[in-house]
Amino acid sequence: MCLAFPGKIKKINGQNATVDFDGIEKEINISLLSDTKKGEFVIVHAGFAIEKVDQNYASDVDKLLK
Amino acid sequence: MNANDANMRIEKLIKKINKIAEELGRQVRLMEVCGTHTQAISRFGIREILPKNIKLITGPGCPVCVTAQRDIDAIINLALAGIPVATYGDMLRVPGYFGSLDQAREKGAQVFDVYSVADALELQKKVPEIVFFGLGFETTTPMTAWGIKNGLAVYSAHKVFLPAMEALLNMGEIKIDGFIDPGHVSAIIGVKPYDKLKVSQVITGFEMEDVLEGILLLLIQIKNKDLTVINQYSRIVKNGGNEKIRKIIAEVFEITDGDWRGFGVIPKSGLKIKDKYKQFDAKVKYKKILDKIDFSKSHDPVGCKCGDVIRGLMESKKCPLFGRLCTPDNSVGPCMVSVEGACNVSFRYK
Repeated sequence: MCLAFPGKIKKINGQNATVDFDGIEKEINISLLSDTKKGEFVIVHAGFAIEKVDQNYASDVDKLLK
Repeated sequence: MNANDANMRIEKLIKKINKIAEELGRQVRLMEVCGTHTQAISRFGIREILPKNIKLITGPGCPVCVTAQRDIDAIINLALAGIPVATYGDMLRVPGYFGSLDQAREKGAQVFDVYSVADALELQKKVPEIVFFGLGFETTTPMTAWGIKNGLAVYSAHKVFLPAMEALLNMGEIKIDGFIDPGHVSAIIGVKPYDKLKVSQVITGFEMEDVLEGILLLLIQIKNKDLTVINQYSRIVKNGGNEKIRKIIAEVFEITDGDWRGFGVIPKSGLKIKDKYKQFDAKVKYKKILDKIDFSKSHDPVGCKCGDVIRGLMESKKCPLFGRLCTPDNSVGPCMVSVEGACNVSFRYK
């Protein structure tokens, strides 16, 4: 129940959205987030999107590995 | 990043972890407190690839496991008294003194397994008296709050997570050098609340590289005696967390004392439905039934060490029942029932 998965929003229908999890599509409630858009990635927990995924993220750790 | 680059990066991370571990030159104990981390660490075999002096301990991160026996017995009694109950799948098989919800269903009770609060609300159209058994931390509380706002009756066993981490440190039964903080609880509460723990911490994601990066950052912090929080999971966790979700929780719930398996009552760690929504509070609505329950036997099953496992005092495999009398198909306690439970994960990845 506490397991979360990232998925991509394909279509928004009111408070729900069709979210693509690596090829499997599911209806997900997006009412806990603001301004969700088609094409964005979200983290989904027990049928609800709880946060957007920042696609422009880059790890700071790389400088420690040099 | 292609697979080859990813593998090279993992190798570099492990090398660096080994180097810092050697520089530390003592045993270091890191605790993870999120069921998804428990699974990820075992699935990727991270314990096995870490240097010998770095020990990973599983803490109270499994919501089903920390739900108090008293709450489980209460909801089973409601079901047996004819109140239809819906909850998350894993909870159905957790044995209470009066049996499990699954067993209540075999006796004719109406018990429904749902993936989401939205499913419970849908079910309410056909089963108007349904009560949702809400449990878990900041990651599941907002959905329950949403359900209540939409007219769903709830028995709340919801909890606030941070007080359990504080309790572990204050109890002093176990030495913890650093915490791997719960990734998605952090997405809701943000980074700042962890500062008050005054211990090295990292918020990290759930891929193999995330967990290794998190461990590396945590070891560097411990080496530098840095008692703050580093956020490795900034692609999801914003510094301020998710304010909209916190507002939804605060509109419906208020803080109260919380009853945890393994801990007992932790002050200000529970969530009670506010008076404004009391018509949807099963504890108010069914008070007469709940008041008649004899909770004197509502303690851990005989021989079950789940409470010690939750507090990181005992490794699952050291429990005398593990793998013999207690397996995922025939579980004595919730740590073996839940897919996020330390015993269940240890059994599956043994």
